[in-house]
Amino acid sequence: MTDAPDSEQASHTNAFANPDVLKRLAKRHAAEKRFQIYGMCAIAFSVLALCTLIFSIVSEASSAFTRHYVTFDLTLEPDSVIPEIGDSYDDISSNVTGFNQLVQSNLLETFPVFAEDRNLRRELFAIVPRLGVLPIARQTAERPDTIGTERSFRVVLSDDLDLFLKGRITPSRSVDIGQAGRLGEVGAAEYTLSDAGLDGFPVLQRVWAERETFGSALITVNGGWYRLTNVAGAVMSLEFLAGGPPRVGEQDGADIRAIILDVPETDRTTSDHQIAWTLSLQESGRIERRLNTSLIRHSDSTYPELAGAAAAIVGSILTMIVTAIFAIPVGIFAAVYLEEFAPTNRLTGLIEVNINNLAAVPSIVFGLLGASVFLDVFGLPRSVPFVGGLVLGLLILPTVIIASRAALRSVPPSIRTAALGLGASQTQTVFHHVLPLAAPGILTGSIIAMARALGETAPLLLIGMVAFVNEVPTGPNDEATVLPVLIFKWFSGAERAWEPMTSAVVIILLVLLMAMSLTAVLLRRHFERRW
Amino acid sequence: METLGQIRLDWLFFAVFAATGFGAFFMGRTRLVYASAQAGASPIGTHSQPNFHGYFVAMVTLLPPVIVFLGLALFGDAYVRSQLQSQLPEYILQLPPIEVGQYLDRLNDHSTMRSPPETGNALFDAASDRMAQLRGELRFLTLLLALTLAAAAYSWSVRKVGPNFRARRYVEDGIRFGLFLCAAIAVLTTAGIVLSLVVDTFLFLTAEDGPTVWGFLFGTEWNAQTGEDFGAVPLFFGTFLIALLALFVAAPIGLFSAIYLSEYASPALRGWAKPVLELLAGIPTVVYGFFAALVIAPAVRSGAQWINGLPFVPDGFLAAQPQSALAAGLVMGIMIIPFVSSLSDDVINAVPQSLRDGALAMGATRSETIRQVVLPAALPGVIASLLLAVSRAIGETMIVVMAAGQRAQITLDPTSDLTTITAQIVALLTGDTEFDSAKTLSAFALGFVLFLVTLVFNLIALNVVNRYQEKYD
Repeated sequence: MTDAPDSEQASHTNAFANPDVLKRLAKRHAAEKRFQIYGMCAIAFSVLALCTLIFSIVSEASSAFTRHYVTFDLTLEPDSVIPEIGDSYDDISSNVTGFNQLVQSNLLETFPVFAEDRNLRRELFAIVPRLGVLPIARQTAERPDTIGTERSFRVVLSDDLDLFLKGRITPSRSVDIGQAGRLGEVGAAEYTLSDAGLDGFPVLQRVWAERETFGSALITVNGGWYRLTNVAGAVMSLEFLAGGPPRVGEQDGADIRAIILDVPETDRTTSDHQIAWTLSLQESGRIERRLNTSLIRHSDSTYPELAGAAAAIVGSILTMIVTAIFAIPVGIFAAVYLEEFAPTNRLTGLIEVNINNLAAVPSIVFGLLGASVFLDVFGLPRSVPFVGGLVLGLLILPTVIIASRAALRSVPPSIRTAALGLGASQTQTVFHHVLPLAAPGILTGSIIAMARALGETAPLLLIGMVAFVNEVPTGPNDEATVLPVLIFKWFSGAERAWEPMTSAVVIILLVLLMAMSLTAVLLRRHFERRW
Repeated sequence: METLGQIRLDWLFFAVFAATGFGAFFMGRTRLVYASAQAGASPIGTHSQPNFHGYFVAMVTLLPPVIVFLGLALFGDAYVRSQLQSQLPEYILQLPPIEVGQYLDRLNDHSTMRSPPETGNALFDAASDRMAQLRGELRFLTLLLALTLAAAAYSWSVRKVGPNFRARRYVEDGIRFGLFLCAAIAVLTTAGIVLSLVVDTFLFLTAEDGPTVWGFLFGTEWNAQTGEDFGAVPLFFGTFLIALLALFVAAPIGLFSAIYLSEYASPALRGWAKPVLELLAGIPTVVYGFFAALVIAPAVRSGAQWINGLPFVPDGFLAAQPQSALAAGLVMGIMIIPFVSSLSDDVINAVPQSLRDGALAMGATRSETIRQVVLPAALPGVIASLLLAVSRAIGETMIVVMAAGQRAQITLDPTSDLTTITAQIVALLTGDTEFDSAKTLSAFALGFVLFLVTLVFNLIALNVVNRYQEKYD
């Protein structure tokens, strides 16, 4: 009605019968619908963003929770196992060189052909990381009586080959070529394969034609692994890479398969040889995929396959303890003062404005404060949970104060008047009656503030908590790092393998945060009290 | 004496304090009971309960040692270092100050070990021993001083105890003063922030190799890592461009979410949509940064490359860098959605129902009511929420460090890599830093600018919100 001018109203007794008005009404209703849809889209966007974030990180992390290990049957020769400097626990457990000799000679036994070529040797030894033998060394040092006997050990596979087996880098596909063929020797490590089944040849010929973009093709015949070097008609030229020694002649009942790697060798971190060795080890059952326990048992390492978050988890806990000891009592007491004792004057007003502003100061500014006051002026040590905890404590102090004040305010004044009326002093009223009643609210607010501190990164970077820490800290004055900083550090790592590892730590962090928030919600539900 | 240096300072002092405190409490309490019995009064007839006398004595007794201990904790290490430094041989002292500092750091680490191993360097080992000895002496003397002062305070306070002594008043005054101190820590923090930023900014602008005020604020070349150019305009530009991009995402989405949740949504939808928004607010920024670098930045890059490949687009129209302002801005926008939506939700809910009823009664549709009545009424609050969100975006660090890049340049192309104030602070201060080079000090100057800008935004926003609340309360 509001839209219909008076003149129209005069000519039509019923304004809704006017086609103009009806048209406008339809338009207005369409606008209404559109408006609602915008709103729903906005919410859908937020939900979608959250889901994308969680999904992308979980799918990236999923490969980091398992890892491939190579089994080695090693005879623990005393000459290699016990270093020259002595045979104590520490000497044996840190004897990386000796144990590497054992592992490397085992690899050379398995793949003997290439013992002469130094580059190939280096490639072969690189399929397990150098420090990967440390767990073996530790096990042996713990049981010196096993020295001299043959034992079976598992060593981690190098990160790039691990990712290859998981299909994370160098996409590959397998093509069946046939069941039989004739292998002929042409020269040193050079062979021809002819008369194989024709099924796979068109594919191979296409691969060969596009080898610039396609990368390489590995052929497996009777346990041996070859690289395709030419395709001419129905004859393949092959280069022997790894596996069982080639048996020249008719290959009966042998599945001949080609693994086509879609990335050229020069663009990969893994060579054709390394892939062939790995696949050959896998064929002989020496590679298995197991739960990656090093993620929470090991400390940081320069090798992604050995690195773990143990030191960072402990560092986070230590830092949180310092933060809690500092920020929660001080925050509560400050709130009690402002809410229950403070006279209304300029000073109180100043403190209040101050706290509200402090809550909105960027976190990195607190890092600057820590760097210049705690490190420079007071000369406190770098990279320690004590300083980190103090900085984070200052950071969350305003949050704790604001939450505690809200909780104190929700306690009805009748409680206070009753206590005062019975002769309690103001201090007694507050500490015996008001504070206990406000405790659940204060606790909830404190937990939420602690969750914020747990996820904070920037201020800790500035007080040096990015240091490389490979030992689990034992006290608040030991060098340490924390989970969010570890995420940042691993994210900056160059190798592709750091990505799933980083995602895995993100998930650990998110789970911890989720647990804290859930505790806060449950506490609130359980103790919520309506006056 | 030498072994004293190895005692864990914290535990020793804690134990002594706890023992002294408990002792003083019981002595004070007993003293009152004894004194009142002597005076023929029952403890019930005294002005204050016995416990309060105990608290009083304990409080007075512990005050001097706590102050002494704080002094030791704050300045003890610096004192030991300066003492040791004056005893080091000349050739070490002639090294650059930063190397002397590092040498002292290593000595400090070595001398605080439980059983320091021999390093083979006779001078180093001797200096380390000397440091441990100095530390031990200082601690021993401090402990002695603390105990003497505590004894004096005890004997003074315990004489006060008696049936007519108003212990409770003093104890409660003491408690109140303690509470006030806690509240004052917030002010001290601000003072500390302002002071350290101002001092270092001043040092930076007066340093020999530092820039002038004009050159810093209006220069367009930034090469702080090499310590050459300190013109911060590219950083300001990057910061505001990224914050603006974030606002483009967060303002419409946050506002529409708030409107929909407060005006249309059923309680069930509200019940799960609000926690989802809160979850977005609870995700650590480093996770957002990782997400930006892992997912959004590559997507932005391939999108930019696709646009570059379109027939009517000139070659290299978009920079299409692996790190980009757009990626950082988009993710930052997602991060600040909850700030916009929750604050806007509050202000929209604060608009009196009578205004809505009036508009609806006049025949307006719901969206017309919202657009023409509710939003104009809530406008100041909405603007305040946007200001707070922008201030949050300006101060955000990890997302830009991980996804926006390090190149200081001025370009309107959002697919090129940019750097911001916060990203530069991190780049300049991460790792080992000396506190007196222009490079390091420039980070504090940047921090000062950041602090001032966010402070102004916050003050305006808080002011608007307060006035707005008064209007409708």
